[in-house]
Amino acid sequence: MDAVGHFFHSIPFDLIVIQTVNGIVAGMILALIASGLTLIFGIMDVVNFAHGELFMLGAYMGVIVIATTGNFWLGLVASALIVAILGAAIQILTLRPLIGRDPLNTILATFGISLVLQNYALWQFGPVSRKIPEPISSHFILFYLEYPWYRIVIAVLSAAIIGSFWLFLKYGKYGIWIRATAQDRIMAQAMGIPVPWVYTGVFAIGAAMAAASGVLFAPTTGVDHSMGLDWVLKAFIVVVVGGMGNLGGSIAAAIFVSLLESYAAIWMDPSQAVIVSFVVLILTLLFRPTGLFVSTPR
Amino acid sequence: MTTTTPLDKTLPLGKTGLSHSTIFWVGFCVVIAVLAAAPLMLPEFWRRFLTEVLIWGLLAMSSDLLIGYTGMISFGHSAFFGLGMYGAGAALLLVSPPNLWLAILFGLAGAAGAALFVAYFSTRLRDIYFAITTLIFSQIFYVIIFTWTNVTGGENGLIFTRPHLSIPFIYDARFTTTTMHWFVLAVVTASYLILRRVTQSPFGMVLQSIRENEPRTRAIGYPVARYKMVSVMLSGLFAGLAGVLYAVQNEFAAPNFVYFLTSGDTVIYNVIGGIGTLVGPIVGAGFFQLARELLARLFGDQFPYLIPLGLVFIVMIIFLPQGLLGFARRWLNR
Repeated sequence: MDAVGHFFHSIPFDLIVIQTVNGIVAGMILALIASGLTLIFGIMDVVNFAHGELFMLGAYMGVIVIATTGNFWLGLVASALIVAILGAAIQILTLRPLIGRDPLNTILATFGISLVLQNYALWQFGPVSRKIPEPISSHFILFYLEYPWYRIVIAVLSAAIIGSFWLFLKYGKYGIWIRATAQDRIMAQAMGIPVPWVYTGVFAIGAAMAAASGVLFAPTTGVDHSMGLDWVLKAFIVVVVGGMGNLGGSIAAAIFVSLLESYAAIWMDPSQAVIVSFVVLILTLLFRPTGLFVSTPR
Repeated sequence: MTTTTPLDKTLPLGKTGLSHSTIFWVGFCVVIAVLAAAPLMLPEFWRRFLTEVLIWGLLAMSSDLLIGYTGMISFGHSAFFGLGMYGAGAALLLVSPPNLWLAILFGLAGAAGAALFVAYFSTRLRDIYFAITTLIFSQIFYVIIFTWTNVTGGENGLIFTRPHLSIPFIYDARFTTTTMHWFVLAVVTASYLILRRVTQSPFGMVLQSIRENEPRTRAIGYPVARYKMVSVMLSGLFAGLAGVLYAVQNEFAAPNFVYFLTSGDTVIYNVIGGIGTLVGPIVGAGFFQLARELLARLFGDQFPYLIPLGLVFIVMIIFLPQGLLGFARRWLNR
């Protein structure tokens, strides 16, 4: 009894609250990345290995636009647009010829793309990490911390982007095209939906979401050429845990995994806290291989 | 020059009147002879280069067992390679005097442990899910090795001395670059022969039928999951062997080699050289390393060689998914 009481006493309540906020903020960024990834997978059957590189390039585009115009929000929008166009070009050049081939070919092709993009970034921007100043510099007091409002803004904005995207899928004309293609691509084609262009559009939207999250995330740490791999790994974990191609599941899993990781960071070194998400993945594979957040196991 | 010699095997395809196996084994002996004679003629740098190509080729060949024969793409071979490296390092640091065979034993044990772990969890999944989980598992090993500084040396890795090349009671001498090359060549050749035998055995046939049609293989009554696990384990063991060789040649073990990039390179070697041929990946490794070296010499060390090589890789996936040796695939597997 005493041991149990001691255990509860030893949990630092303030740290838990701080880490909850941190976890939700990280989780929303991750959800934004993962929803693009899961969208591309769900509709095109493509595991986009280059998603982390689109995230990274988005952050770099943000750095460039913000450095020239000085406006963060303009940087956010411009970066999303530029990377969307880049994504469309990549899809047309490399993934469209692979439609109908084994999905393993597409994972190899996107892996090649990620190599090229990552090394291009290293070559173009150099190994030194770049900084974006926080657009909102005010803080509020969270226990003994001055917590930046900007982080809360990140979470809210990510939620807004995901939410508006969901509305678009649900009610927009092109959103209905996308859902129809996901459901039955041959029937959709028969109904006059230009399926190859839907693929291109979906890839562009996923790329834009990755770029937006890159710009949003950039002020909290630096921007460098290798930042993509960590995030794409996390996004892969989230997408598998949430159920491949399942948008809601990915978002839930993103927040779940990020919360666990930030709680683990109370007791562990942050670089080791990653292991917690690996453990979640292993347990998921053992007990629910179709994903934790899928209501009916397929 | 010498790295492209395995192509010789594919030359005598015409109607020469000789049986397939005669041509194959004559070609095989010629290639081995050329590779064995190469260090006597090459300058020091290229000798080491050729040895490294053979080691990378062994790693790629081990991964070919999964990619080309079982139809599962592994993005996690760096874990097996790295565990082989660190296992060899442990043996060389803990036991004195350092013993080559003990290093191989420890390295294989390390790789087998990693392979058992990966095989048990990730063979539950198919296709892309398998690829993703192998990648994530290799990152687990990377994080552990990178952060467990007391044991693994963390970012700095381990540094040790090269053991003697010793055959008990017969031979005992320091490695020179030439004997190192011959030793690596012998190991790679033996591995090739074993893997070739495995892929042509009934077991290998079941693996190939899993690649062609998994549900049907299961319906016929083969325990598919067990076959997949064994193939991952086998592949991991040979990858670990490559890791041991690399550690012995370079006298260090570093976390960089456990990182995802090594796995990525392995996949590239396979795709460039031609999956499902066993020798193709070695050719792919040679092509890749040679191109990298030439680009570095032409444009300087800072040149991002992965941009042109990555583009070549993408183009090959779209237009030549069979790889450089793809045209000889059936012939080599007969």
